[in-house]
Amino acid sequence: MNIENWEITNKKSNIISKLLEVWNSKDLLFVFVKRDLTTFYKQTLLGPIWFVIQPILSTLVFMFAFGKIAGLQTNDIPKPLYYFSGIILWNYFSDCFIKTSTVFKDNLNLYSKVYFPRLILPLNIILSNLTKFLIQLCVLICITIYYKYQSIIPGIQIQMLLFPLLFILIALFSLGLGLIITSLTTRYRDLSLLINFSVQLLLFSTTAALPMPSNDSIYKEIILLNPMTNYIEAFRILIIGKGYFSYSSFGVSIILTTIILLTGLNLFFKVERNFVDTI
Amino acid sequence: MSDTAIILDNVSKHYRLGKIGSGKIHEEITNFLKKGNKKNTEKEIVKSLNNVSFEVKKGDSIGLIGRNGAGKSTLLKILSKITTPTFGTIKGQGRIASLLEVGTGFHPELTGKENIFLNGSILGMKTHEIKSNLDEIIEFSGIGKYIDTPVKRYSSGMYVRLAFSVAAHLNSEILIVDEVLAVGDVDFQKKCLNKMGNIKSKNGRTVIFVSHNMNAISALCNKTVLLEKGELVNYGDTDFIVNQYLNKPLQNESIKSRKDRTGNGEIQLLEINFFDIQLQNYISSPISGNNYIIELKIKLNTEVIDFTKVEIALGINDIYGNRISLISNKVSGEPIQILENNSIHIVRISIHKLSLSNGTYSINSFISNNGIINDWLKEAISFTIEKDQFFNQSEFSFNNGMGNFHLNYTYLNNA
Repeated sequence: MNIENWEITNKKSNIISKLLEVWNSKDLLFVFVKRDLTTFYKQTLLGPIWFVIQPILSTLVFMFAFGKIAGLQTNDIPKPLYYFSGIILWNYFSDCFIKTSTVFKDNLNLYSKVYFPRLILPLNIILSNLTKFLIQLCVLICITIYYKYQSIIPGIQIQMLLFPLLFILIALFSLGLGLIITSLTTRYRDLSLLINFSVQLLLFSTTAALPMPSNDSIYKEIILLNPMTNYIEAFRILIIGKGYFSYSSFGVSIILTTIILLTGLNLFFKVERNFVDTI
Repeated sequence: MSDTAIILDNVSKHYRLGKIGSGKIHEEITNFLKKGNKKNTEKEIVKSLNNVSFEVKKGDSIGLIGRNGAGKSTLLKILSKITTPTFGTIKGQGRIASLLEVGTGFHPELTGKENIFLNGSILGMKTHEIKSNLDEIIEFSGIGKYIDTPVKRYSSGMYVRLAFSVAAHLNSEILIVDEVLAVGDVDFQKKCLNKMGNIKSKNGRTVIFVSHNMNAISALCNKTVLLEKGELVNYGDTDFIVNQYLNKPLQNESIKSRKDRTGNGEIQLLEINFFDIQLQNYISSPISGNNYIIELKIKLNTEVIDFTKVEIALGINDIYGNRISLISNKVSGEPIQILENNSIHIVRISIHKLSLSNGTYSINSFISNNGIINDWLKEAISFTIEKDQFFNQSEFSFNNGMGNFHLNYTYLNNA
């Protein structure tokens, strides 16, 4: 029989062995994802339709407020498509980020009663939200096909297949940010009060709702510093066929995402060992 | 270490009091600046576990006993990897599963079967292991009919049975069990203990078991660790250690030196002791049904005290901290009678036919003068009632449905 040896100390184990441990517990991860999916549908009338209603309503509000009243342009993309694509991607990011940023606090009960690789729960958030996003993506693709046959946009081409790669970047970015916040809030709780508020403000540092400035300006440079701007624009290129892309700012986004993810993982692995004592 | 399951080497857990969550920017900054200055913080460190070392052989069942605050739960948390030791190492061989709670992670909306998978996975089973054991788990729980019903519709008994069935089918080499067995019905508990015992004899499973229930410890464990104030007092054969634990005097020295008091300190509690009715012998483990005298030694820190306005009260709590009863001269409407003996002041309370049943209890002490708190101490002492002779029965088996109290009742003979 294969019997594993183990050791418990206050030494911090390295990131690689931690991630390996997560990989070995992937069974548990899938059980959690399944739990979240099943419990969401139970005792709801419309089930997954709720996933679609909310972004459609937001799109209508944006079309009215930004499009009609403020008269903002949408970079040659039909307004419903522009706002809907921006909103669903932004919502995926903000849902994952906000949920992950309170993962220690929300799951204290579970964490303080049994050990399993702590990172499983943040990963569960990323994966459970994915289903919601995929349903919304289907709706987006339907809208895109409609406009494609009106010959308004190129849309739905072979480059769509690159989307999973882009998606991984977005998932890791929101994971990294969330991990940083949840690790810091075990000590400083007031940080969590800032999150909801600042996520709402952050929306306006991307092109989810606002248009990409056509000429170079300091404002353009600032919003391009936000990785989500680049990811949303790349998303529009892949699905709709129109959007902004520059190698340099996309490259910076990838570097930023990597730094944030590594910082987040490091902090998380540091805090997870003793957070039940302090929270 | 072929026949060793776990080795603990100088395991310590220290907590720093008051520093956590102060949450104020200026305090955090001053703390940061003071970091080099160790002297300042040393006082506020609580040593929840201090240099605990012992070795567990494969196939052993180890009992972990000690009074409240002895460090049992801390040690369990460290062994379960929920928190890390401040110093020291634990080395071991084999998969660990720990049961600190019944039905960890159970989701009320999910069915019994779905919860078996959820709970089993959280406790460390792989999906294929659960699948191959599923029928057995369902049969063992005895709730087969309801297995596709959401557990929120279960009675608490069914809930516990399902949770235990999952736990009983864990096949880790090392099993850590907190007092979870204290819930549920007695017959089913026995069934679970047998099941766990079977696994033990087959695969050489190692079990670490924490309980306040000495009967369970004696029945389950061949060896026992006694902890006190975070330190290992003794480790050896269960009968010997349990005896040693039961015959320890109450923790009196500590009352004098306790700092976590509330009140102005005009009157202070020094000691609490149980005596037999003749005041001849100290009693460490009172027996239900006997008469006792509780003696309080107090210190007066002020010249004049009007004892007609003084309340001296003892609140008796169970191990979960629930108030069981209150002894107070304000309740009984009696004045305090002080005996003065070489500048030590003594208050005595006579207990007629102690009616607490088996279990561990703690006492909060409370002294006030004219409504102003003088001295209030939580968990001043704790004691365990091991024998029950309330109804003058010599053979009496203890079970969990008894509650904390005996009413003084008789079955009438109508003949």
